[in-house]
Amino acid sequence: MNSVNAAPSLANPAEKEAPLLEVDHLEVQFFTRRGTVQAVRQVSFSIERGETLGVVGESGSGKSVMAQTLLGLTELPGRITGGDVRWKGESLVHDASATLARVRGNEIAMIFQDPMTSLNPVFTIGTQISEVLRRHLGHTRKQALVRAAELLDLVGIANAAARVKQYPHELSGGMRQRVLIAMALACEPELLVADEPTTALDVTIQAQILDLIGDLQRELSLTVLLITHDLGVVAGLCNRVAVMYSGKLVELASADDLYANPAHPYSAGLLRSTPRLDVVMPRLVSIEGTPPDMISPPPGCPFAARCDLAVTECLEEMPGLHTYPDGRKVACWRAFEVGRG
Amino acid sequence: MGRYIARRLVQGLVVILGVSIFVFVITRVVGDPVKFMLPLSASAEERDARREVLGLNDSIPIQFGRFAGDLAHLDLGESTYVRGEPALDVVFDYLPRTIQLVALGMLLAVVGSIPLGVLASRKPGGLVDRVLTTLSLIGLSMPQFFLGYILLIAFTVKLQWFESGPGPWRTHLVLPALCMALPAIGRLAIVVRSAMIDELNTQYVKVARAKGLSQRRILGVHALRNAGIPYVTLLGWEMIRALAGYSVVVESVFNWPGLGFMAKTAIQHQDFYLIQAIVLVVAVIVVLLNISIDIAYKALDPRVKLS
Repeated sequence: MNSVNAAPSLANPAEKEAPLLEVDHLEVQFFTRRGTVQAVRQVSFSIERGETLGVVGESGSGKSVMAQTLLGLTELPGRITGGDVRWKGESLVHDASATLARVRGNEIAMIFQDPMTSLNPVFTIGTQISEVLRRHLGHTRKQALVRAAELLDLVGIANAAARVKQYPHELSGGMRQRVLIAMALACEPELLVADEPTTALDVTIQAQILDLIGDLQRELSLTVLLITHDLGVVAGLCNRVAVMYSGKLVELASADDLYANPAHPYSAGLLRSTPRLDVVMPRLVSIEGTPPDMISPPPGCPFAARCDLAVTECLEEMPGLHTYPDGRKVACWRAFEVGRG
Repeated sequence: MGRYIARRLVQGLVVILGVSIFVFVITRVVGDPVKFMLPLSASAEERDARREVLGLNDSIPIQFGRFAGDLAHLDLGESTYVRGEPALDVVFDYLPRTIQLVALGMLLAVVGSIPLGVLASRKPGGLVDRVLTTLSLIGLSMPQFFLGYILLIAFTVKLQWFESGPGPWRTHLVLPALCMALPAIGRLAIVVRSAMIDELNTQYVKVARAKGLSQRRILGVHALRNAGIPYVTLLGWEMIRALAGYSVVVESVFNWPGLGFMAKTAIQHQDFYLIQAIVLVVAVIVVLLNISIDIAYKALDPRVKLS
């Protein structure tokens, strides 16, 4: 904190060391026969070590596409057309093959939505966990299998020594998601990206898996990026929440702020449509209408057509992501004007 | 596993019995070996006398009863074409050459089809894919005898790299094996390609990428092992058809004295006993091959239950 020799920018107390992960004006487009789909539009945020950031949005909001760019998993016809993703200052987008080879599954690990199809059906659980350890940590086959059993134990799978010899079809969906979490944790990653990890599971199992992620996050001081369409999932786990709509980041706030007082009408709409136990809600209200066509998005705010507060300005000009005094970022001409219905 | 194999073997016996009845009746109805056994000048009485000796004048059920009784002692009668030789001995004289041909042909087919199919699957619709797919279609739609003569003219007559007829495998077997392999490569490569495209689009491949596995491991281990499941089905078919069908054409074109060549000769000479012996032995091999394919299946895919 000695600022005598520091560069001028460090004089500002808000500036700290580079964040763990920095998404900087990221743009992803899908080049389809129908036209260019603007899946992720100028999204910027960062994740600090140790925090849990939730990314919320409905299907098609670009949240999963965004998450996949973090590990270079964007699939054709999709392409990153602008911006950058920096991992501890290193780009994961430009000339990134060597960096990605080191980072994937090792420093950043990912779990996915559908545990039923995420495991290769023809290899044992043990083999599939071992191969990560052998690849990144140079374990021998034997070491890796021993460690695989330990990892299964860590994620709450009983009788792990026998489980490593089983095939995916011998396990339930919840079990498989635990296996995938064990696999993701194999190399003690610094960041865990969880892309809708509970969507495909039964409600009771969902709660178990979320508890597990929460426990592991505390025990291993993991940094977590949690992608979900379910604000209820975010509530229990996340410090901060990023709300995405139509490929854009519309609100970025601490979880407490967002739940107490959503600034963007879309965030408010999402909250009104999510059941809560801490507030008396007369009834759940859905958001009328559908998201705009992502091939030719409207010139103004993408949410304007569905927004009760929309004025002419909203339809004509896209609001920028503005940082407010309380630290939250909102892209809305009428931010903070929404009352809770 | 043991019980499964035992049950499949019993089923196989039923198949073999059915095949033998079928062949027995067909040969009796359409042919007469005596006309090839005696000189053209032989009189009708002489022919009839020979038929009587061979027991061909009895009714078909009586003849079949005799055949079945002999079969129980593994006696399939004496060949009328290869005079005086037990038909089964003739089969076992010629069978090894056909097995060599099919084995080398299928080995070439596997070695050729997997890399080509994988290569084509890398970029579906790309230049490599289109060239390989077109070549595959040409390979699999060309009649085998025609392909055989082209190979023969090019490599035996013009270039003189290979020879035809019986001889050491390096010079005599490679070309017919290639003739057997090329159309199979076409069919198999198309299956590898489409299976690999399917597998590379699966979620587990995306997970494997996220795990940081090498491209080689993702393609060659994760995806290929799964693509192997439909592949083994087709490869089994290819082997059976090579053994029981293509060998006749290929061995005839290249003058390779194997069982297919002998089968053609036996049919030409209406040699009932040899035809029966060949068909029975081939049927037994086909039954065994089918059981092996099921076991290979089980080895590739742990979800398969043998029952």
